Amino acid sequence: MKIGFYPGCSLTGSSREYNESLLAIAKEAGIELVEINDWNCCGATAAHNLNKELSLSLPARNLAIAESEEMDELVVPCAACFNRLVMTQHELSEKKDLKKVISEKLQMPFKNEIRILNVLQFLEKHIVPRLDQLVKSPLEIDVACYYGCLLVRPQNVMKSERFEDPMSMDTIMQKLGANPIDWPFKTECCGAGFSISKTEIVGELSGKIVRNATGRGAKAIVVACPMCHSNLDMRRPAIDSYLNMKMDIPVIYITQAIALAMGLTPRQAGIQRHFVPVNLTVNR
Amino acid sequence: MDKEDLSFKVRQDTGVNVRECYQCGKCTAGCPVGERMDLRPSVIMRMLQSGDTASEEEILLSNSIWLCLTCETCYSRCPMELDIPKVFDYLREKSYAEGKVNSQSSDIVTFHKSFLNAVERNGRLHEMTLILDYKIHSGNLFQDITLAPEMYSKGKLHLLPEHIKDKKGFARLFKDQFKKRKS
Repeated sequence: MKIGFYPGCSLTGSSREYNESLLAIAKEAGIELVEINDWNCCGATAAHNLNKELSLSLPARNLAIAESEEMDELVVPCAACFNRLVMTQHELSEKKDLKKVISEKLQMPFKNEIRILNVLQFLEKHIVPRLDQLVKSPLEIDVACYYGCLLVRPQNVMKSERFEDPMSMDTIMQKLGANPIDWPFKTECCGAGFSISKTEIVGELSGKIVRNATGRGAKAIVVACPMCHSNLDMRRPAIDSYLNMKMDIPVIYITQAIALAMGLTPRQAGIQRHFVPVNLTVNR
Repeated sequence: MDKEDLSFKVRQDTGVNVRECYQCGKCTAGCPVGERMDLRPSVIMRMLQSGDTASEEEILLSNSIWLCLTCETCYSRCPMELDIPKVFDYLREKSYAEGKVNSQSSDIVTFHKSFLNAVERNGRLHEMTLILDYKIHSGNLFQDITLAPEMYSKGKLHLLPEHIKDKKGFARLFKDQFKKRKS
């Protein structure tokens, strides 16, 4: 089975392990993710903060490319890219005049009809039905499933029913043998794009998330967004300095959790690329 | 509503009618950076309702509009379903275009601009290009000096950027986008 794939910039750089683990589990499940040709950056936070037209034209170019390659579905694992692509699709389907302006800029045929899947939707649809056969070493640990902002909000556009207490990642983790804890920080913001420009805000917001997950007994935080991952993992010194204590809880991508449960090696899951050491053999 | 009012322009661009806000304060209460803001989200909504020119100027010059993380919590909880982040996007673009960025927010805005510079150059974001451009333009030369080598050793940082092939078509998207800006 072939499905369109938009990796986005983070997955080629600072969140490589997300890419590696996603491709590894897709392969195990017999699914081929086909990277769309000549894709560009979605513009991320920077574009919609400074320039509305760019915030629509950059994602739209990728949607038009995926359509031209006759993909029915496009998997977008980065939550930030996913959010921008879906927001663009929504905005341009609501405003025909704006779609005309953007189409003229693109100079490409553009119907704006492709089905965009985030990583959790992709997993639910294509991986979860195969998990019973594929899980070889269940992860018997308590985990905190952290969704962040961009997969769930705004709920009317992201089509998220439980936007204050989502459960789709929890359900997947349960199928891997893990025990997802009940906690109140599932959809709190980690500080997002302020990692470099306002690191102290990331230290505070991510610090509260890490502290709550740890306090409630989680042995790992599971994420589905490169920005959340880099803030919770790479910005641990800022977090520790805000909390005034050293926090050890590791942060893993949902795709890494699946890879490990499938019996792939930590190296195949890209675990060695993390800043906070990952040891999931800790028992409850 | 006067056509010169900022609230009128906001409604034209975003579709949000700020007059529907009845000041319950839920947006401010749930905002993760509300405590740091000079003008909190509900206060900005109230000031937009006033149509007072001095208030409008104060909003465009505020630190708040840039501190907003666009986490969308306010919008998701607003009883009137007012898309406050979209209003803020409009206010940010206007503040930037008119050269009214609050000095305390200059690092945030420099980062956004460095990001777009890096994207314009290669079509994709090369993190090293972004970091160097940001360091030069913000003057924060020694920030995170130990982070880059550690990222590199974990294979998270590439020395050379990837380029997209359709450079001409891509350049069209950026053409004239930041032309009107006052410095």
